Amino acid sequence: MSGSGVRKISVNALARVEGEGSLHVRVANGRVEIAEFSIFEPPRFFEKFLQGRAVHEVPDLVARICGICPVAYQMTACHALETALGCTTTVPIETLRRLLYCGEWIQSHALHIHLLHAPDFLGHDSGLTLAKVAPELVERGLRLKAIGNRIMEVVGGRAVHPINVAIGGFHRAPAGADLQGLLPDLEWALGAAETVVAEVSRFEFPDFARGYECVSLKDPAEYPMNQGRVVASSGLDIDVADYERHFEERQVAWSTALQSVMLPAATPYLCGPLARFNLCFDQLPPRARAAAEACGLPWPLTNPFQSIVARAVEVVAACEEAVRIARAVQAAISPCRVPFEPREAEGCHATEAPRGIIFHRFRIGADGLIAAARIIPPTSQNQGQIEADLRDMLPDVLDLDDAAVTHRCEHLIRNYDPCISCATHFLKLKIERT
Amino acid sequence: MTAKPRLAVFKFASCDGCQLQLLDAAGLLQIADRIEIAHFLEASSRIEPGPYDIGLVEGSISTPHDAERIREIRGDCRYLVTIGACATSGGIQALRNWGRLDEFIGAVYASRPYVESLATSTAIADHVPVDFELRGCPIDTGQLVELITALLLGRKPRTPGECVCVECKARGTVCVAVAKGIPCLGPVTQAGCGAICPAHDRECFGCYGPAEAVNLVSLTGFYRQRGTSRESLLRLVRSINGYAPAFRAAGDALEAEATEAAT
Repeated sequence: MSGSGVRKISVNALARVEGEGSLHVRVANGRVEIAEFSIFEPPRFFEKFLQGRAVHEVPDLVARICGICPVAYQMTACHALETALGCTTTVPIETLRRLLYCGEWIQSHALHIHLLHAPDFLGHDSGLTLAKVAPELVERGLRLKAIGNRIMEVVGGRAVHPINVAIGGFHRAPAGADLQGLLPDLEWALGAAETVVAEVSRFEFPDFARGYECVSLKDPAEYPMNQGRVVASSGLDIDVADYERHFEERQVAWSTALQSVMLPAATPYLCGPLARFNLCFDQLPPRARAAAEACGLPWPLTNPFQSIVARAVEVVAACEEAVRIARAVQAAISPCRVPFEPREAEGCHATEAPRGIIFHRFRIGADGLIAAARIIPPTSQNQGQIEADLRDMLPDVLDLDDAAVTHRCEHLIRNYDPCISCATHFLKLKIERT
Repeated sequence: MTAKPRLAVFKFASCDGCQLQLLDAAGLLQIADRIEIAHFLEASSRIEPGPYDIGLVEGSISTPHDAERIREIRGDCRYLVTIGACATSGGIQALRNWGRLDEFIGAVYASRPYVESLATSTAIADHVPVDFELRGCPIDTGQLVELITALLLGRKPRTPGECVCVECKARGTVCVAVAKGIPCLGPVTQAGCGAICPAHDRECFGCYGPAEAVNLVSLTGFYRQRGTSRESLLRLVRSINGYAPAFRAAGDALEAEATEAAT
């Protein structure tokens, strides 16, 4: 496998990611010629079939882009359409939207940390085999996930594809007692999440420091979910409305997902937990920040394998915020929905999905129906950075056998928690070595 | 079945939400000791070749490659079970079935995409024989566990066949169609969700697809008489399960009426 000749490594179907993708690596005389992260999930054409739909239908439709992060799509679409229509919601509505988003972050992150990512660090194929040797870790993770789901049920009406999200707010306000009823579990979850931070920060991380261009939303008052300006490590600080002037989606031959680059130099960039953690450390709520400081890893984190720590810190933050909100909202909010009038208009918005920044733009026609939709999910934004990481990491691991190289590559990709269903969809690894 | 039946999970065009129902505390751990998970890419990087005792299929057929792949999978599985709206009716992406594929591709991609698409997104049962269907967008975890348990015990799975109205009445929800005049698909949609939408003061929009032997054309006629426009009824019917035969027929009838009215 070394010396002359082409060395090819192919993973035809990457496991423990959401959706279908593959990896193709070609190494000639020790030099990495190709490192392609392909997404072969069949395209589903959401942007097209949203055309002609009524404004009020959009939250139910865009949820179906992703079963793991439906709230990210619903929240982004609601805010974009409300911006277009000049529909201003209330502080209590936005507070409950944040609680709903906390639920999604908790369930999505808990799933990834415990069932998809931890097995890489602990030498297992899956969370199921891991559960046999570390039952308390996996059970804690599943309970955390169940609590995230429970928040989504109470606020959103259902954990996967919530039905209570409406343009202007919620179809029905959750009862105060149901919100209070979340508290015992949430308080347990907060403590459990702190334990998770301590445990995952003790994992052994491959040595791989990067100088990322991190991109996230940033809000001076809170850790970003539903609002903020778009900021980057290099100093970019723009309104969400200017997003498309600074970032561009490009089609590549080996993927059904479009890849985003940062302009003007068309460079890859990083979004997601690691980027948010690095850019918004000061906005972390107190216990999340304390957990991050106590784990002993230096901020900012530059090793993508430590994204699991950033993800765990975000679970603490989401639990902490959920406790705060559930304590504060004592009764059903009224009104739970601000009315809107469909008319010709255009608007955009970005929020922070569990995997990173997500942008939507909608144009509404004179008939009050959707005329055009643009949806930029986080995974297509991270796709270029994943490939750049692969190209840079591969030379250091080429003395390993193909199975070990393949595993390291898959582990690297899982650092990003790619949601291929969102980006259109999963991973095949093909390594060619000369 | 053998002492430890082998389960496989396969994904086609879909959002992952249905297989995710298996990956939570209520799903996974209840069955993990009783079966061998032989192929479940989202959960495990250990992939065992077939044959499998139970194959769960999520997603619809929308590419030429997938139309081939489902035939191989059928051959590998003793019981083939489709899970969710995509697998049982073509899903939300079946909205393309009424349009032109090139327009759909053009709306998303600048040039021809990497994966070839079929002009339609269709249910698994349109391609291969299916032993059991679990409805829903997403499916219900309890129903999934019941289904697997029933197959393991060799009995018929107990899943509801009645419509959402039955669950809605059982829950004591005030009827949104009668009391508020909101067109609701509860009378024609299969139960299983717990009638959550009317309980949140909104219409059922048919996530679980048509119940058995329903007359949706009659229901849309009723809502028309009460003043709802054809266009909004068409959008209601032609949605997540719009390509399921009963919903498709009602949608096509509304469209034909609208065309007739326009000429």
